[in-house]
Amino acid sequence: MADTMATTPAAPATAAGPGGGTGGVSRGTKRKYALRRIRKRLTHLLLVLLAVTFLSFVVVDLLPGDAAVVVAGDNATPEQVQQVREDLQLDRPVLIRYVDWLGGVLTGDLGSSFRTGQPVAEALAQRIPVTFEITIVAQVLALLIAVPLAVWSAYRPGRLVDRASMTLGFGAAAMPNFVFGMVLIVLFAGGVSSILPATGYTGFFENPLENLRSIILPCLTLMIAEAAVYRQLLRSDMTSTLQEDFILMARSKGLSPMTILFRHALRPSSFSLITLSGVNIGRLLGGTVIVETLFAIPGLGQLIVQAVFNRDYMILQGALLFVAVAYVVINMLIDLLYLALDPRVRRDA
Amino acid sequence: MTHARSDEGVAGGEDVLGAGVLERIPDGSDLLTAEDIVVRFHTKRGVVHAVEGVSIAIRAGEVLAVVGESGSGKTIFTRRVMGLISGGNGTEVHGTVTYDGTKLTELSGKELSKFWGAEIALILQDPMTSLNPVKRIGEQLTETIVLHKRVTKKEAQQRAVELLRSVGLSEPERRVRQYPHELSGGMRQRVTIAIALSCNPRLLLADEPTTALDVTVQAQILDLLADLQSRLRMAMLLVTHDLRVVRSRSDRIAVMYAGRIVETAPTPELFAEPKMPYTEALMNAVPPIAGPNHIRLQVIPGRPPDLVNPPTGCKFSPRCPYAQEKCLTEEPPLREAGSADHQYRCWYPVGSEEGLKAKARNVERGRSAAGTP
Amino acid sequence: MPETTTTTTTTVTAEPAVAGAANGTDTAKKVRRAGRAGIGWYIAWTWLGAVVLAAIFAPLLPLWDPAIPDYTNVFGGITPQHWLGGDTLGRDTLSRVIYGARASLLVGICAVGLGALVGGTLGMLAGYFGGRTERFLSWVTDVVLAFPGLVFIIAIVAILGSSLANLIVGLAILSVPTFIRLSRAATLVVAQREFVQAARAYGSSPVRIIFREIAPNVVLPVAAYGFIMIGVFIVVEGSLSFLGLGIPPPTPSWGGMIAAGRTELLNYPHISLFPAAVMFLTVLSINYIGERVRKQFEVKESNL
Repeated sequence: MADTMATTPAAPATAAGPGGGTGGVSRGTKRKYALRRIRKRLTHLLLVLLAVTFLSFVVVDLLPGDAAVVVAGDNATPEQVQQVREDLQLDRPVLIRYVDWLGGVLTGDLGSSFRTGQPVAEALAQRIPVTFEITIVAQVLALLIAVPLAVWSAYRPGRLVDRASMTLGFGAAAMPNFVFGMVLIVLFAGGVSSILPATGYTGFFENPLENLRSIILPCLTLMIAEAAVYRQLLRSDMTSTLQEDFILMARSKGLSPMTILFRHALRPSSFSLITLSGVNIGRLLGGTVIVETLFAIPGLGQLIVQAVFNRDYMILQGALLFVAVAYVVINMLIDLLYLALDPRVRRDA
Repeated sequence: MTHARSDEGVAGGEDVLGAGVLERIPDGSDLLTAEDIVVRFHTKRGVVHAVEGVSIAIRAGEVLAVVGESGSGKTIFTRRVMGLISGGNGTEVHGTVTYDGTKLTELSGKELSKFWGAEIALILQDPMTSLNPVKRIGEQLTETIVLHKRVTKKEAQQRAVELLRSVGLSEPERRVRQYPHELSGGMRQRVTIAIALSCNPRLLLADEPTTALDVTVQAQILDLLADLQSRLRMAMLLVTHDLRVVRSRSDRIAVMYAGRIVETAPTPELFAEPKMPYTEALMNAVPPIAGPNHIRLQVIPGRPPDLVNPPTGCKFSPRCPYAQEKCLTEEPPLREAGSADHQYRCWYPVGSEEGLKAKARNVERGRSAAGTP
Repeated sequence: MPETTTTTTTTVTAEPAVAGAANGTDTAKKVRRAGRAGIGWYIAWTWLGAVVLAAIFAPLLPLWDPAIPDYTNVFGGITPQHWLGGDTLGRDTLSRVIYGARASLLVGICAVGLGALVGGTLGMLAGYFGGRTERFLSWVTDVVLAFPGLVFIIAIVAILGSSLANLIVGLAILSVPTFIRLSRAATLVVAQREFVQAARAYGSSPVRIIFREIAPNVVLPVAAYGFIMIGVFIVVEGSLSFLGLGIPPPTPSWGGMIAAGRTELLNYPHISLFPAAVMFLTVLSINYIGERVRKQFEVKESNL
């Protein structure tokens, strides 16, 4: 009469076969799976990192216009240009310079700017926090707006909140962010009102309040289209989750709608949202170029664009390295987040 | 050995589950009545007549089985009885449900949810999907207990462990920390049973609780349910497509077809004297032993009716070996066979003189009135 | 929350675009059904049609020359002569918006076409052969995705100069990884189907199977996604022009026009507003149609 599956813990494990690990997988085994998964992923991402930096080296090398000419200045004699070229070691083959550079990176030396002599690490250290702040604040804002709207839209589909947020979202997604940024400037920084600065950036440690004021418009500009996409994505995942039996089961237990939506349905619905948000953070860290240009913010995007035009290889190379590392790290974080959010993932190594 | 262990587990659960049994209303009086339940879905394709005028009464402590094929409306009916399906948004509902003197159909969602889990509990077909994959077993158990009982989190956790033991799960202390995917199907269904029973409900709605399980596990789960039901003197609505399953495990049976009750009777009487040809067909039907369990059962010739455009007259007439011209045009009402306990819907009931004649005529002409050979 | 159980249809696929493996008549029906939903569908098509036709027949239309400045029309407002006013140099905005549509549409359509062709093919190869081919392509995909797209385009423009062709190639390369992923996923679904298995059993060559059996089923999801990508690329082209890296002046482009009006934004907002509005409406129409069509290709299943 007894359920053999229940009384003998070994049975399900054997039935599921090796690696299937149902009944009796210990915590240690689980951790081992997770570690193997992470190690595999890490190797893959390191290869990506190498390829990206090498490719950027080659691409940068292909940039027309001799860096030596640019660096030496307009009035330089051919001898001076040659001297600069030798100083900067631009006469050596690409591959050797790449290996050299890589060696430098591994010992913590990113080189210095060709033009200003400023160490690359220092330039990056100035710019990265700015871009990072804007990116993260924009992401948090986008999620804060999108998640409640998406959850409510999925809970009451076709009603006011759903329809209104869908229509607005459609508009936001079709609006290029530089256009939206310009609209914001007209509305808040000079046109209709002048309550916020149109351009410039104040560091947080310089003046927290001014910092806040200076990042509001850039963050809103970055956030709007993303909030729309996030809402759409989460709403559709949430809608299918709400059809699940375990939601019906949760209702039949007498749980309140809010408990069901936020404690039962949100987590299993959030995987694609997390992935997309991660990809976006990675992307934005290297490319808030437009917003930085529009609002005259000294971030990484501006640095990269200027470096391209100035043929400042070292700066460019360092910036691209950072962007690629950010991509890799964020991918890793997303993987770890999956492990934390979805117990099922821990099994499939 | 295993037998002894299982008994021990069940006995150990007596303390947890037994509480509150004595205050209950006496067996035999109606605990829940549903009158003229109608559920219609307005879709692009047309109106789906999922449930059309079903009335039942469940007495305290009894097992009422609702039997029918896929698409007979039994699942929708069960959910409507509980209030999980309500009107609006393309869904039309009528009829009243009364539970222990309270009209559930007149309650707001918030008031209704006070009954859910505490007084009326539900078990679903597929334990693979009815447990939240990203929450630990223990959490899914305790949240109900904490919600409905005045207990601390720690007491709820203790109770969760005892509940798991009482449904026959080994190592319950470890199970509460596990996730659903770490358990087998049978174990998971035991967990959902434990969740359903966690607040001592007086009525359990079990919607095909074993259909998605391995054949070997099915009987064990059904026996566990029967055992718990009788010990806790809890009423149970057992929904199934398999008449044989409920033969020894129910007090009364209601057979559903096309959203209607076509026959209802005390279990022994139904098996002894089925009146409705559909009931007879279900009895003769032998579900395939091999093959996946969740395939749509089609052991009776023909298809279940289209609920958007149901046939006129008797809904079973297109598939009925007894069908006469009258069956195609006039829908038979529910009639009593001897007592009010046994009712059926048929012009030519099985075993009656008219029925025998009707069948003989069809055999003679080689087809039924609907044209079925 | 009563609605959740009463909904009678449910979306079962997580990757909707991939499910579009339908045959011809089915497809036509679905596309037609997409339109039945309302007036927005017709408005969107009308607007798109108007923009495309105006772009194609721009030289035949009675328009001012988009490149010739008119000093009487500098910052000009709306007049019977200049329906949308004039820009900072007095050039006719309507004429420039229409000629700008040519650049925007050309970049969007060509880049997507090229990217879909290359990415679609590679994706089918990855999906069909799996193994080493797949691993290699997934690695390439990751490399391209890890490389900041805008930086890549800026580099292309800096290396090769800014021209229509360079822009198209650059954007196409950026879109290839996504098309690879999409097409690979669709191929994986189709490759399991009976007719492909049958073709394999008959000993058809892989090339034949891929192009005769698989490709027709991969085209739809790729095309549906590509359609939306056209809108995305119109925005990207605009962004590049905004940075001064797009199509070089005096050739009009929407992004360039918006950027040109930036300095006078507070005094003469209409200079930026009109091209921005036209770009917005065009992208909105594309997104709206794309979304409608995509929805029809989701697999729906009765819940009853």
